[in-house]
Amino acid sequence: MKALTFTLRETPPERLDLSPLTPEKLASVDKREIGKIRLGMSKRGLTVSDLFKVSGSDLKTIVFEGGSERFDRVGTGLVDGTIRVVGDVGAQAGRQMRAGLITIEGNAGPHAGSCMRGGRLEIMGNAGDHLGGPLAGELAGMNGGVMIVRGRAGAFAGDRMRRGVAAVLKGCGEYAGGRMIAGTLVVTGGVGRLPGYLMRRGSILLDRAPQELSPSFVECGAPDSSFAAVMDRYLVADGILKRPLLGKAPGKFGGDNAVFGTGEILFRR
Amino acid sequence: MQRLMVNGVAIDDTFAEAFGMRATAIIITGPNRKWARQAAISMTGFATSVIGCGCEAAIDVELPASQTPDGRPGCRVMIFAVSTDELQKQLQNRLGQCVLTSPGSACFADLKGTADLKLGSALRYFGDGWQVSKKFGGRHYWRVPVMDGEFLCEATTGLTKEAVGGGNLLLLAESNAQALAAAEAAVAAIEKVPGAIMPFPGGVVRSGSKVGGKYKGMTASTNDAFAPTLRGVVKSELGPDINAALEIVIDGQTSDAVAAAMKAGLGAVTKLGPAKGASRISAGNYGGKLGKFHYHLKDLLP
Repeated sequence: MKALTFTLRETPPERLDLSPLTPEKLASVDKREIGKIRLGMSKRGLTVSDLFKVSGSDLKTIVFEGGSERFDRVGTGLVDGTIRVVGDVGAQAGRQMRAGLITIEGNAGPHAGSCMRGGRLEIMGNAGDHLGGPLAGELAGMNGGVMIVRGRAGAFAGDRMRRGVAAVLKGCGEYAGGRMIAGTLVVTGGVGRLPGYLMRRGSILLDRAPQELSPSFVECGAPDSSFAAVMDRYLVADGILKRPLLGKAPGKFGGDNAVFGTGEILFRR
Repeated sequence: MQRLMVNGVAIDDTFAEAFGMRATAIIITGPNRKWARQAAISMTGFATSVIGCGCEAAIDVELPASQTPDGRPGCRVMIFAVSTDELQKQLQNRLGQCVLTSPGSACFADLKGTADLKLGSALRYFGDGWQVSKKFGGRHYWRVPVMDGEFLCEATTGLTKEAVGGGNLLLLAESNAQALAAAEAAVAAIEKVPGAIMPFPGGVVRSGSKVGGKYKGMTASTNDAFAPTLRGVVKSELGPDINAALEIVIDGQTSDAVAAAMKAGLGAVTKLGPAKGASRISAGNYGGKLGKFHYHLKDLLP
């Protein structure tokens, strides 16, 4: 069976809510009705057939041929199957996904992987601010699964993260891992100001020492670490990184002592 | 009793009788081979027999750095007990006293089973609030701060109910030196069999036992039928040429592992021959009524 493919006709003239186009939601829709699903966010209310040429029938594998930074909420709440976007996406890609795989071959907007609970979200390009972070009023951000940004991420990457593994490979902006509750945030390529700001628990793993830390982080030695070895092997084996991140005896800053204080920033020395 | 002869070694037409047990396996690693082995040896010390030790345990196989989860030298350790509760208790105590304490050690699960046994999930409280839980790659670890850094320990390991304890070989020789040589050859061969351990000192037991005894409260007592100094006064199993008998006891992750181990042992002892080693090989059983697993020597000959 060929993947259910939505080929973009032209750049959408309005922001789109693509959350109805997931395997689970489409399973309850008659094939002929798919074209009538409303995606546009303006009063015009563009439908699937206004925007895309639809082909293929395998609901478990959805492909968007062509993307746009107006593609919001791609793969929201995904519980099974795969979604691939050949292009960019807008805000909240993979938000609250629980399982399955989402691959964004271009860039993603803000709140990518927001509050995801499981599965794997892979962004080949850059991601916006608040990677995995909660929306206003929500208590926790990323809550499980694996999120990989092959490019750069904006500010507040891993904001209020609680569980899972998030990796940013070409650096990220300020406040990486800010307000982390737990979980693991991996950043190679450098972090901006104040990583781990107000983190309670959790691990931020870096390929180099952070440039500017909050003064409430304290230096915590660098003994040999089996955890670093196991983590390094996992990151390489899982295809997240090409080479080991931390090395045999990474340095550690403990904090943020302005709050709970049992978080850590581990970095290759 | 009918006997087969293999390379001049007489093989009794009898069988080893073994029992179903609960077992688990873990990998212990260390900064080098010496300290990985030390942690494993400490953990499996005083674990020769469930009769008095609560469990039977030994190193199954040594692992090179390339085959362990953290890329350091390690040992695969197997522990056997008669109940899940006892196995959990022994595992937890031995891990806490012998592995946690050993310099640079780390501990990983190495068995997928029907149920979970606690490893780090029990030991984490040693961290006094500073322990860290980490979940990635489908596995759950605990990191406990200790004086040389951190003790990394997987949260749980698996339990198998398919394990078998009590596979055995009795090696009968004309002299003590020949019996010991035969036993050492068998141990060396069985050590290469994956999933099988020999819990007694160096893999060998010289005080084989029978069930019960004349004194109240003794669940096991000396196997007088195989004691050479009693061969004139009891109903002995020993002929006039036998002056020493040693036993190899084998516990296996599966029945097949026990059979493979016994086969390897038989092969090594018969290859050694009666001039240097054992002149006769037998096996211990209880008439076949107590144990579910029977390993007939004639089926396992090389």
